[in-house]
Amino acid sequence: MKRVLLTLVILSATLVKLSAQTKKNAPVSALVMTNGKKVYNQYCLSCHMADGGGVQNMNPPLSKTSYVTGDKTRLIKVILNGFSESVEIDGETYTNVMAPHNFLKDQEIADVLSYIRNSFGNKSGGVSALEVKNVRARNKK
Amino acid sequence: MKKNHLKYVMAIAVAITLVSGYALRPDEGLKADADNAGLKLPAGFAALKVAETGAKARHLVVTPQGDIYVKLAKPKEGKGIMVLHPNADGKAEITGGFGNYGGTGIYIKDGYLYASSNQEVFRYKLNAQNVVVNTNAPEKIVTGLKMGRQHETKSLVLDNDGNIYVNIGVNSNSCQQQDRGLRSAGIPGCPLLDSMGGIWQFKANQINQSYGQGVRYATGLRNVVGLDWNQQNNQLFVMQHGRDNLNSSWPELYNTKESAELPAECLYALKKGDNAGWPYMYYDQIQHKKILAPEYGGDKKKEADPKFIDPVAAYPGHLAPNGLLFYTGNMFPEKYKNGAFIAFHGSWNRAPEPQMGYFVVFQPFKNGKPSGDWEVFADNFAGTPEKAAAGRAEHRPCGLAQGPDGSLYVSDDSKGTIYRIIYKKK
Repeated sequence: MKRVLLTLVILSATLVKLSAQTKKNAPVSALVMTNGKKVYNQYCLSCHMADGGGVQNMNPPLSKTSYVTGDKTRLIKVILNGFSESVEIDGETYTNVMAPHNFLKDQEIADVLSYIRNSFGNKSGGVSALEVKNVRARNKK
Repeated sequence: MKKNHLKYVMAIAVAITLVSGYALRPDEGLKADADNAGLKLPAGFAALKVAETGAKARHLVVTPQGDIYVKLAKPKEGKGIMVLHPNADGKAEITGGFGNYGGTGIYIKDGYLYASSNQEVFRYKLNAQNVVVNTNAPEKIVTGLKMGRQHETKSLVLDNDGNIYVNIGVNSNSCQQQDRGLRSAGIPGCPLLDSMGGIWQFKANQINQSYGQGVRYATGLRNVVGLDWNQQNNQLFVMQHGRDNLNSSWPELYNTKESAELPAECLYALKKGDNAGWPYMYYDQIQHKKILAPEYGGDKKKEADPKFIDPVAAYPGHLAPNGLLFYTGNMFPEKYKNGAFIAFHGSWNRAPEPQMGYFVVFQPFKNGKPSGDWEVFADNFAGTPEKAAAGRAEHRPCGLAQGPDGSLYVSDDSKGTIYRIIYKKK
């Protein structure tokens, strides 16, 4: 009985690990990219530019920065809460305030984040609507 | 130090020889670059790259001896003011630096060099050769000015009566409840205006002044970077950076094309007590009207309270006027005399429409007032039209200064190139 339990624990642990890995490297579908680009063009492009390169001293670039390609929770929170901290990215600082974009639906945020994580030279896993939903739920005080 | 001294003495001797030569032959010794430094200029003009500083070169001044002081947005090797000394051919070498603070403003008046950080104004005594006497001991003239994350720079200029004028930009786009937010209304009676969003006047020779000792000379100005004192009118002129985000904050009212064009970047001639109307209005250069801001009930047609002053000239939206200079030199043809040069740093908030700017404009003046249409004077700082349209300019013009011979100097705060534009007689 003990052995069966142990096997089950190991098996489920492996499965969780596997599914986490799969999630991390989940390829982003063409549909998500198309929808994400639509959201990007409407709400992001005017500051971050068509090439995701941002604007010197004002709006940070989205290419090859850990803010975009790294921790998804932090990235989802940028969309929900906006961003007005003084941070240095590759030795440069950026001054413009990003307003909260919490009016976007979970799916829209998932699509646009999946899009920017896989555009402008970035190659990171996608973001799901469920992930956005969970962060949004915890984000509320 | 001694060696430096000798260098200056020799340089002064060279400069005197050159200046006396200029009176007859403006281009004696001075050599334009074969490609005019990559710039497109009107016929008869030429340009050279004076130096590549590799620093964020904001405003600059040129002394009667030809030395150049450049204020850097960020100190380079711990020095926020760069000193350049010219050779006979017009190229200059970096000979020193001082001041451990970044900033934008720099100006010379009555034997002092004035320079600003983003919160303070300092001044340094100059000797008879306009060399700073003691780079380590500036007087702190103004202190404790507010600085937000945006529009934080403090441009400055002096009048002829011992006053200094400092821009205090407001750290907001349009005083919305939620800055740059979607359909976010304006805060009633915008409280930010008590200490930002205007030009403050201080005494040039009094130390440690702050808001209590200064005068809010003009208000309702979102952010001013380029400003100059007009010697003909004895009056302050400023270029305002107009508001952004008409489309992204008010998509039902403004399409992306309207949002790229509007509002105008405005030239104002200021008198004490003037109110230019930010955040309650913007100037629409197509309708030629002051329009109520959408944050305060505007619908892109309703006109604003007429008590707000009118601009004396208006330019396309978002071009970012960072330098203003009234030309008083004798090198350029007569039509340029007492007219205004404006350095447009270049836009970002015109996307997805093509970006625009990255050039120096000439605005003709007559009797101290703009007279006739503005024209692009020096173009192609971006490198190519495609780079300009994409907002990926190689160089971005920022500061303007006039040399003792009437040359026009332009700084670039992207790569740090210092340009000098000269007129060559046929």
